[in-house]
Amino acid sequence: MNFDFSDDQKFLGNEARKFLDGECTTQHVREVLNDDDKSHHEGVWQKVKEMGWLGTAIPEEHGGLGLGALELCVLAEEMGRALAPVPFASTVYFFAEGMMLAGSDAQKGAVLPGVASGDVIGCYAASEGPGNPDPAKLSVSFDGSKLSGTKIPVTDGDIATHAIVLAKEGSGASLVLVDLNGAGVSRKPVKTLEPTRSHAEITFDGAAGERLGAAGEGGDLHDAIMNRAAVLLAFEQLGGATRCLEMATDYAKERYAFGRPIGGNQAIKHKLADMYVKNEVARSNCYYGAWALSTDAVELPEAAAAARLAASEAYWYASKENIQTHGGMGFTWEVDCHLFYRRAKLLAVQAGAPKVWKEKLVRALELKNAA
Amino acid sequence: MDFNDTPEEAEFRSEARAFLEKHLEPKGAQPLRQRVSGEEFMKRAKEWQAVKAKGGYAKITWPKEMGGRGGTAMQQVIWGQEEAKFDSPGGPFTIGLGMCIPTVIAFGSDEHKKRYVQKALMGEEIWCQLFSEPSAGSDVAGLKTRAVKDGDEWVINGQKVWTSGAHYSDYGILLVRTDPKAAKHKGLTMFIVDMKQQGVEARPIHQASGGREFNEVYFTDVRIPDSDRLGEVGQGWKVAIVTLMNERLAVGGSPGPDWAEIMNYAKDAGTISDAAFRDNLADWYVAAQGYKLTKLRTQTALSKGQTPGPENSIGKIITANQLQDICNSAIEMQDHYGLMTGDEMPADGLFQQSFMWAPGLRIAGGTDEILKNIIAERVLGLPQDVRVDKDIPFDELKSG
Repeated sequence: MNFDFSDDQKFLGNEARKFLDGECTTQHVREVLNDDDKSHHEGVWQKVKEMGWLGTAIPEEHGGLGLGALELCVLAEEMGRALAPVPFASTVYFFAEGMMLAGSDAQKGAVLPGVASGDVIGCYAASEGPGNPDPAKLSVSFDGSKLSGTKIPVTDGDIATHAIVLAKEGSGASLVLVDLNGAGVSRKPVKTLEPTRSHAEITFDGAAGERLGAAGEGGDLHDAIMNRAAVLLAFEQLGGATRCLEMATDYAKERYAFGRPIGGNQAIKHKLADMYVKNEVARSNCYYGAWALSTDAVELPEAAAAARLAASEAYWYASKENIQTHGGMGFTWEVDCHLFYRRAKLLAVQAGAPKVWKEKLVRALELKNAA
Repeated sequence: MDFNDTPEEAEFRSEARAFLEKHLEPKGAQPLRQRVSGEEFMKRAKEWQAVKAKGGYAKITWPKEMGGRGGTAMQQVIWGQEEAKFDSPGGPFTIGLGMCIPTVIAFGSDEHKKRYVQKALMGEEIWCQLFSEPSAGSDVAGLKTRAVKDGDEWVINGQKVWTSGAHYSDYGILLVRTDPKAAKHKGLTMFIVDMKQQGVEARPIHQASGGREFNEVYFTDVRIPDSDRLGEVGQGWKVAIVTLMNERLAVGGSPGPDWAEIMNYAKDAGTISDAAFRDNLADWYVAAQGYKLTKLRTQTALSKGQTPGPENSIGKIITANQLQDICNSAIEMQDHYGLMTGDEMPADGLFQQSFMWAPGLRIAGGTDEILKNIIAERVLGLPQDVRVDKDIPFDELKSG
């Protein structure tokens, strides 16, 4: 039995934490939060590029480090913990993972080296309006060479150089790779609950695109990419939830009311114990997701769903009850609690809200049960 | 990251399996609900315990000179996994070997060890643990059963409660108050007690579930020689802590219907498409899977020879609450019909049966609330509750 990361992987995580503790503090996060014109933190992004993290799971032949999904999971936990205000998740978990899964060798060769070097910022465009995008009812369409229609919101869509777009093609759906700096693409930033990660509305008006995979395969590829992204996002969520528990615990020990630390009251103790239980449930499900991702196991659909659901619940609970534990201070702009509350919501809806994943999970269990 | 045994673990697993195959039927070979009388079951259990002990599987982590195997904690886990696949008549020895005998080994004299350890291992003598009282549950140090010194003996009077197996036990470890003038935790002492002697009376408790699996035990002028004391006079709480630490290692999963069972039932009943049910099912799966996988993290630490982290403490909070929820859902799914009990009901009536058992599970071995206090204080390092009874002589404390 070896249901844990290796010593090397843990070392990578520790080094990443030390690095981010110094180079990506909540002050850096606030520089983006407090400036409407900033889409991300360029200084942090440059350093992330220099660390080579963008190419962690990209094969060496495409300019990456050729490490595996487990190493990426370890880094994701640290990026989530640090609330990194950079387009890492969009570029790595969605775009690069999508390219590696669906792209031809030529397509991979064309963009992955750019991802690894940091020249390519990727994004994933699926949402078109309220509700989880249904591959059978898309409005954005692809005619084999050109894209038309509007995607909203697209995380990091304003600064990305490339997008993978889920589009209607004929009677089915396809995935399409688009150079966002080409003709026929217009974008405008949109305001969201989470200003430390930028979002855009992207309108395609005959923009040139090339299909990833076969025509009509888009729905299945989309699901497969979501499964992979779900595990990696779950690690970011786990990192954030863990930090919320630390913040709440520290505060409960320091804050005095009625002559003693508030953490001596059972109402607070039990709240934080509940947080601990949810975080451990999330951690264990995340590890299983990491295993399924790294081995391309047949269990990936249910493992990814369980990791995402457990981590979404843990981060939601930890981020809201962290504010509650901090009392009035927790509701001020100056105290960091709301940064996590905001990020928790982004990560919970970015690849499909929990409701969507619950249904995916139960379907996977039914299939398994019928087999 | 993998779920495989190391070569040494695989070798031990195959040895264990061969031993089990030689002596036991695989689970499911006999009809599940076959009624066995208490006496017949006890006879089988004792025989199997002796076979296990002779094979070196009764206490794998104990040193060989104590009758153990001198094996690793991981081997103990593997044995448990393999034994669970067989129709093993376990139960009566869990508390004795899991909690009482380790306490005897830690605090008893050489004579005690010689006299009791081997017989317990062989299943010849059964032990129970006598801590809880009617006014001392979560706050077990508030117990009132008195021991008064009389020459070389102590005279015991009082009442214990929720004692598993008291009616068939030969011996028990008994925590009593020897000094009511001392503060709560400081006036306690631990003894070995002969359960078959005059003045010890075990009466079954009629539980809310209708069953009578636990006992209350009355002590009336029971005499215990001072030589059967475990630890110093007044140091009983320290001794009890050792027993209770062993309890946490001994506590396993909770039996009862899980997410897969209610999913199967919902499929049969045609209610599986209900959106609210699917929502709940996903939650149950995620939490159950979370605990199952957390145990694998603990086993990983054991397999590497490390001390596991505190993550396993989430177990009973999850399983007991989930059992109650699942049973409640399954009953409501059946509407008015779900009120009926009995073997002929869906899932052999297990949902209804466990519905009445679940409240006890949320209390036994530490209530939800106490377990959360433990996580908050020992894992997160939050301050202890205010102890208004601290440093006050026990006999001046309010109780009720």
